[in-house]
Amino acid sequence: MANTTTTFEQPDALLRTQQALDAAPDVPGERLTLNMGPSHPSTHGVLRIVLELDGEVVTKAIPDIGYLHRGDEKIAENMTYNQFVPYTDRLDYLAPLANNVAYACAVEKLMGWDLPPRGQAIRVLCCELARISAHLLGFGAMAMDCGAMSVFLYTFTEREKLYNLFESLTGARFTTSYTRIGGMTRDLPPGWLDEVAAFIKQYKPQIEETDKLLTRNKIFIERSRDVGVITRADAISYGITGPNLRGSGVDYDVRKVRPYLGYENYDFDIPVGSVGDCYDRYLVRLEELRQSVRIIEQVLAKFPEGPIHVADTKNYLPKKQKVLTKMEELIHQFILVTEGLKAPPGEVYFGAENPKGELGFYIRSRGGGVPYRLKIRAPSFVNLSILDKLLPGCMMADVVAILGSIDFVMGECDR
Amino acid sequence: MATTTEAIQSLQSAFAGKVGAAREFRGEHTLPVDREIIADVALHLRDKLGFDYLADICSVDNMGDEPRYEVVYEFAQMSAPHHLRIIAKVSEDEGSLPTISHVYATANWHEREIWDMMGIKFDNHPDLRRILMWEGYPYFPLQRDFPLEGKPSDTPGEAFTRIAPLEGGPFVTAPAEHNHDREPRARPPEPV
Amino acid sequence: MVHGREIAYNSKVEGNIILANLDASINWMRTHSMWPMPMGLACCAIELMASGGARFDIARFGAEVMRFSPRQSDVLIVAGTVTYKMALATKRIYEQMPDPKWVIAMGACASSGGMYRSYAVLQGIDRILPVDVYISGCPPRPEALLEGLMRLQQKIMTEKSTTRQLVPEPALV
Ligand code: SF4
Repeated sequence: MANTTTTFEQPDALLRTQQALDAAPDVPGERLTLNMGPSHPSTHGVLRIVLELDGEVVTKAIPDIGYLHRGDEKIAENMTYNQFVPYTDRLDYLAPLANNVAYACAVEKLMGWDLPPRGQAIRVLCCELARISAHLLGFGAMAMDCGAMSVFLYTFTEREKLYNLFESLTGARFTTSYTRIGGMTRDLPPGWLDEVAAFIKQYKPQIEETDKLLTRNKIFIERSRDVGVITRADAISYGITGPNLRGSGVDYDVRKVRPYLGYENYDFDIPVGSVGDCYDRYLVRLEELRQSVRIIEQVLAKFPEGPIHVADTKNYLPKKQKVLTKMEELIHQFILVTEGLKAPPGEVYFGAENPKGELGFYIRSRGGGVPYRLKIRAPSFVNLSILDKLLPGCMMADVVAILGSIDFVMGECDR
Repeated sequence: MATTTEAIQSLQSAFAGKVGAAREFRGEHTLPVDREIIADVALHLRDKLGFDYLADICSVDNMGDEPRYEVVYEFAQMSAPHHLRIIAKVSEDEGSLPTISHVYATANWHEREIWDMMGIKFDNHPDLRRILMWEGYPYFPLQRDFPLEGKPSDTPGEAFTRIAPLEGGPFVTAPAEHNHDREPRARPPEPV
Repeated sequence: MVHGREIAYNSKVEGNIILANLDASINWMRTHSMWPMPMGLACCAIELMASGGARFDIARFGAEVMRFSPRQSDVLIVAGTVTYKMALATKRIYEQMPDPKWVIAMGACASSGGMYRSYAVLQGIDRILPVDVYISGCPPRPEALLEGLMRLQQKIMTEKSTTRQLVPEPALV
């Protein structure tokens, strides 16, 4: 695959704006500044965009983020690796399990650990279920922004079923905190795999239902086709990842390029778009649902037995039963909880394919149980950075459709 | 498309004397370079070596060391698993390094974030404003000497900040020789 | 039927007449047609959306008319982490709501800052707004939100609607 990049050119957005202005029949020629957000139904949280309008045409857009900046990176510097797991739930709160897994894998890379097969299979299952749940909300909300309320209600019904699964697995609906560095809090509850299989079975026809509701829906197509086109070169230069990048025709998927958790053993396709407009991004997400279902079926078909966590007894929490009966385990538990695991000095970057794109963790360690610096490479943050180039030249009403199709989460964007 | 090792060699020959020795950890390669040449290095990586994807830029505050800051660039390729980390050191007095936002558009926001959080400036950046905090916030929160609980500030009409009640926390034990130091207690401030 | 003052239907009186205390009937009407302004700021907003979905169906309690314009709503549900950057915007939205108005702090973050004890997070919206109901949980389950809503209804029923005491606004601390 040949990749091309161009230098960053702002004028072409200006050109596009000029063309749109020329085409519009009734522009007053006066600029109006419109403040959208931070509390606006289609900004999915707290994004603020300062739009400059001429008539209905957007001539300039200045995104303003940070309304949900909670200081996660500073907090991480002040706690042990395991203590930070709950904070990763709240990054992309539509797919918390996937964040947990990405974070745990990053620290495990620092430790030089590899998970046994069963642990990996559980994590893959978690990631893909999380992907389904996130995409369901993603295009449910996008359809709602385009004026189709009912899709949202359908997808939410499916998400509730997923929440039931997550709840029996972790005890919480979406603040799961399921992984620990080197393993998981607990093994699967009895019968859980059957429940997943049953869910997948009833869910497959549901995908087609959504497909029927939206894909050939005239109104939806009119709202999204050829709107908000991200060119291939722009997408690469802006570092966009996830369905948004693949919608622009680049087949980059971390699961394929830098496989982790044994993703190379599963058979799945990467859908790509051809134009890079909102409609393509929607189609890519829809197809990813089918691919996730495919992966889950393969995982279920040969679910390995065995341990779910690494064998490093000094750095992984011992079994509770042993803690209460054996001296040595008690000491280990005490040290692990109060001091954290013994990480070597060094630095790693680990990127995982999350529903929104590549979620990366850069960890700088000086040894000991506390990271010296932990940087979160949030896909939504990077994906949103293209807004000031993408929005100028659009109609005001297209802005909500574009925002819906980019499918961002502010918790992750602002961290 | 160059592999990581080829890329390192190519950089070392193209910028001889300004590139340090590469190091490897967990299969990842890190190459320190001088801060002045970072834009040329980025251009070289993108155009000559096929590293078309800038995954991330991060900043590290090594308080007490000289130069104090490091800026960490993660270069990667979209079609191959090669990855190269470039590190540029910035001292507190110089406090700035060239922008690479004209090479990779994604650097624009990353650099703004580093300025906002760490206070490192980027020369010739098109739009170096605060991004996560607001214009007028007086501190750089990710610097090591900034406390987690924050400092009070006031920007009339924008926002205000107060000190968060940590009750002496966060509670992490420093590894120690003696057992009586093993109780979780407030994390001691970093030695300066 | 309701706490405090009664609304009575007396079948002995001919015709469709209901005798009631004015306070009680105004309160009764208010409790059952609350229009929330969903301030969905962070993760809790997802549970807020879930309670609008089919399974929990907030419409059963007369609060399904989510209005994104503060001018049209009377309950502000603050769902999520309020950062300092967002704080004054939240306050402005509260000020734009017409009286009578109530505030629900949904979740640990909105109530007290929750797990985010850091330089960027306002430690509880009660530092800038008068809060009527706090809901615990991180996030609270939709059932908890509904419970909070019912608590608010109970609270409204005890109000003297004709002489409502305006809550003094907390001073910035
Ligand atoms: S209370 Fe918990 S779930 Fe709710 S916004 Fe805060 S962190 Fe998120």
